[in-house]
Amino acid sequence: MNNRTYNGIVAPYGLWMAVFILAPLGIVAYYALTDATGNFSLHNITSLSLYTDTILRSVWFGVVATVLCLVTAYPLAYIFTKTKASTQSVLVMLIMIPMWMNFILRTYAIMVLFEDTGIINHFLQSLGLDPLHLINTSGAVIFGMVYNYVPFMVLPLYTTMSKLDYRYIEAGRDLGANHFQILKDVMIPLTKPGIISGITMVFVPSVSTFYISQKLGGGRYTLIGDVIEMQFQTSYNYHLGASISLLLMVFILICLWVMNKFGDSEEGMVV
Amino acid sequence: MKKKTSVLEKVYLIIFMTLLYAPMVVLMVFSFNSSNSTSVMAGFSLKWYAELFKDSATIAAFRNTVVLAVVSAAFSTVFGLFSAIGINYTRSKWYKKSILTTTNIPMMNPDIVTGISMMLLFVFAGTLMRRQGVLGFGTMLIAHVTFQLPYVILNILPRFRAMDRYLTEAAQDLGCTPVQAFFKVTLPQIRPGVIAGAIMAFTLSLDDFVISYFVSGPEFQTLPIRIYSMTKKRVTPDMYALSTIIFLVMLLLLIAMNVIQNRAENGGRTAGKQVGK
Repeated sequence: MNNRTYNGIVAPYGLWMAVFILAPLGIVAYYALTDATGNFSLHNITSLSLYTDTILRSVWFGVVATVLCLVTAYPLAYIFTKTKASTQSVLVMLIMIPMWMNFILRTYAIMVLFEDTGIINHFLQSLGLDPLHLINTSGAVIFGMVYNYVPFMVLPLYTTMSKLDYRYIEAGRDLGANHFQILKDVMIPLTKPGIISGITMVFVPSVSTFYISQKLGGGRYTLIGDVIEMQFQTSYNYHLGASISLLLMVFILICLWVMNKFGDSEEGMVV
Repeated sequence: MKKKTSVLEKVYLIIFMTLLYAPMVVLMVFSFNSSNSTSVMAGFSLKWYAELFKDSATIAAFRNTVVLAVVSAAFSTVFGLFSAIGINYTRSKWYKKSILTTTNIPMMNPDIVTGISMMLLFVFAGTLMRRQGVLGFGTMLIAHVTFQLPYVILNILPRFRAMDRYLTEAAQDLGCTPVQAFFKVTLPQIRPGVIAGAIMAFTLSLDDFVISYFVSGPEFQTLPIRIYSMTKKRVTPDMYALSTIIFLVMLLLLIAMNVIQNRAENGGRTAGKQVGK
């Protein structure tokens, strides 16, 4: 078969993606830059400033959740690589199983645990301790993000670490490096591709989530995803919704671009 | 030096796994509760399961989910396979590059943006055709195929790289037509990638909430959307029963997937060896 035949085979896919991926993004931009009558307007873009608090909160929660995922998952993935090969595959399975459970159910499960009359407080009271107010706090929202997305951090970290040559660490130790130096000068540089794809895979869904904040934050910690959801499902202001989505998309693309520059690895992302 | 986990490391591992599983275990335990309390176990009962099977909307949502997952995964696997072949063999670099870049967009974009962008497209097309209520099975199917295709293609493409491309040429030299050569030589070698892509497409469809939420209409709801609307109201433990069932089904699927994948991979390897001889 010649090259033209192969180009022909790809054409339907190219057309599909142009119609259902590229065109919709164009329509988002169109809605963002027009008003209800269809005229060009920057009103939606300028009214984004009303949501500065929400945007900053989303980014902040996303950063905190991502950092927490990284610092908890990194040692975990390292411990995985130290176990027997058969144990390792079981552990990886154990990390993957919760990912197959719908995230709405997982978030809901946390809500049940955290409620004022929930199991944790019931347990504390049976021990004669004061109940804790857990639900509807920023901590609960961040916990929800970490809980839901930490598997996405563990898996790429484990993938890069399992390929890591343990002799590098031994060599570092022989040359007199302490634990901190080994981590900083050996482990982190060698596992950078895994760190970068882990950060991407946790940060993107955390910044754009809308269910976690509603259930665990009780509506007090509106995030950028909540605002978008509201514009499309309850207030029906598609134009404002589109402009917020456009902002979110541009922000994520810039972040990914910076991450890739920063990563600068030849192997690229590990997923 | 031997690699060995210390006591501290074991403790960390156990705490992590306990935290990861505790919420789900609690839901499962309380699905068997005879009262509707979410903090006190009153006694063992299956009444919430009975309640669940009486709920016709949930049963319909379950059926919709399975139908949508099967149809969309089948379509995107076949479509993705053909596209992967074309992408792999095309010699125009810019063409390949632009196709691959577009493939990456839905994987990088937040789901909510993909969801609302497709919703706007459908609504826009609906107003052009002067039709109301375009959202339904058709739009869900298009959306699911669209977000599955990149995963199918990216599961298949690396298999081509690992394949010996001269085998296909040899088959053609020995008198196979290109189509025969594809089915007899190429396909067996990329089969593990095709199977992995198909399974992934299927599970992604079962699990998807965010994109479906925006492109679904009132007549066609899937289970994740049904669960979402159930958690909006005061929840009864039949939700827990539902999560327990979903958890067990997903667990079985995951185990089956591992078995199939291992078998496919071993099969692929022996097939490769035989051809190699």
